[in-house]
Amino acid sequence: MIEFRQVTKRYDSDHTALRQVNFHLARGELAFLTGHSGAGKSTLLKLLMVMERPSAGEVVVGGQILNSLPRRQIPYIRRHIGVVFQNHQLLFDRTVFNNVAMPLEVMGATPRDVGRRVRAALDKVGLLSKEKMNPLQLSGGEQQRVGIARAVVNKPPLLLADEPTGNLDPKLSADIMNLFAQFSQVGVTVLIASHDLALINEMNRRTLTLDHGNLIAGGNPLQGGAGGR
Amino acid sequence: MAADPSSKPRKADAERGAKTSRSPWREQAESYFIHHRKVARDSAVRMWRTPVASLMTWTVMGVALALPVALLLLLASLQGVSAGWESSARVTAYMKMSASLEQTQALAGEIGGDGRVAELELIDRDRALAEFRASSGLDDALDYLEENPLPHTLLVTPEESARSADGVAALVTFIEGMEGVERVQVDLGWLQRLNAMTDLLARAVWALAILLAAAVVLVIGNTVRLSIESRRDEILVAKLVGGTDSFVRRPFLYTGAWFGLGGGAVALILLQLSLWWLSGPVERLAGLYRSDFSLNGLSLDGAFALIIAAMLLGWLGAWVAVKRHLDDIEPGEIAGS
Repeated sequence: MIEFRQVTKRYDSDHTALRQVNFHLARGELAFLTGHSGAGKSTLLKLLMVMERPSAGEVVVGGQILNSLPRRQIPYIRRHIGVVFQNHQLLFDRTVFNNVAMPLEVMGATPRDVGRRVRAALDKVGLLSKEKMNPLQLSGGEQQRVGIARAVVNKPPLLLADEPTGNLDPKLSADIMNLFAQFSQVGVTVLIASHDLALINEMNRRTLTLDHGNLIAGGNPLQGGAGGR
Repeated sequence: MAADPSSKPRKADAERGAKTSRSPWREQAESYFIHHRKVARDSAVRMWRTPVASLMTWTVMGVALALPVALLLLLASLQGVSAGWESSARVTAYMKMSASLEQTQALAGEIGGDGRVAELELIDRDRALAEFRASSGLDDALDYLEENPLPHTLLVTPEESARSADGVAALVTFIEGMEGVERVQVDLGWLQRLNAMTDLLARAVWALAILLAAAVVLVIGNTVRLSIESRRDEILVAKLVGGTDSFVRRPFLYTGAWFGLGGGAVALILLQLSLWWLSGPVERLAGLYRSDFSLNGLSLDGAFALIIAAMLLGWLGAWVAVKRHLDDIEPGEIAGS
């Protein structure tokens, strides 16, 4: 599903965010991405979302090499990638329903389809009863779940999460992680950037560890984390 | 999440009864139009939510549009005047000093027989001198002259059909070609000056119109730029979830068009108001000049064209702003550090 081949990202001459990173994530795999602050986690995620282009090497998502992707093709790639942010990036000028509906509207789904799929996604995260509320009325954990519903509403094959549990207490974090595990079980590839080591250890999944732009663990599934899948 | 996507729509269609299958193409087109309608409505609603700011933008646009349109209308009315007053054109033919009265009378008969001539008057040199003496007050000076310096003169009034500028010019050429005619004069000088002035004015008005149209584009562009700034988050999210550039631009282009619509409407109202305000004095003035001059307002077609032009300008302004600012907003910075 995801493949990094000798990927290097250099922002300017003296700042190299990623150095020759190699790894491969299979369909339906759930992996963590960890490392100290500034190790290159965000850069790696940005490369996957085509917010940045690699300086060298190849980033492959779903069999497509992203390096030479024309600018106008970028939106179509992003439609296949669900993203969850630490600060959830919800819009407070519209209801929960309309927040979750955005990826579908962008694709030009019919209103009938939108209603059905938004409710399915909200049901999945347990917020079906709050579809008419404004995200501001929800708790932090609920807001994060709305963000997740939005990320999965169009059933992307790839789900990326950047510190999805950063602001949540351990109980809520575990709930969120369970949700991600469920998605991976139905074939979604999930990559979660996090430095919540306790949680990562508890989940016992493959873990990619970055250190100053080098992938120091988890690049090969056999040696990764506490045992992989 | 894993619901079968095909089951529900089909059921809904069956409930509707008529169609059992819908091509994806039709569905795509339908949702495209639904989306356009929604975006158009949302943009309009947003504008209503800030009525004072919107009204001010409309008014600025309305004034900028009403001014050149008012001048163009005035110009059209003036051109109507010059067309009307051409009817009073008279051609004066001065005979050579050597031409005798008999010769002139023969010529008068010949010219008077022409189809283009409505009326012809012969003023012989004695009468011309008498009239000149009477009107000029140079009585004493004229006594010193040994002979009458004035030639015989023919005053020709053209037929209705020959009163266009070209018709009169042709008539002049015809008379100039006659035996014994020294010089032909048309009292069109002031009319030509008026025409030259209206031509000049027309150019000035068009230059002004272009400048003001550019101002409208910039005003709308700036307004839309502010609107883009205030909806930055929404743009970022739309781009993140795979919104194409045209998807992201659409609401702003509609916003521009709505500003244009409002501005066009304000311009129309301003024009009608000023027309109503001016119509009384203009009628009185025209009456004093015994002219049928009147200020004409915009026709229905003209009003429609004004609105369309205003909307196009608004759209163009929005497009400029969108081109300059929207493409800069890329969701690079929100992924955290």
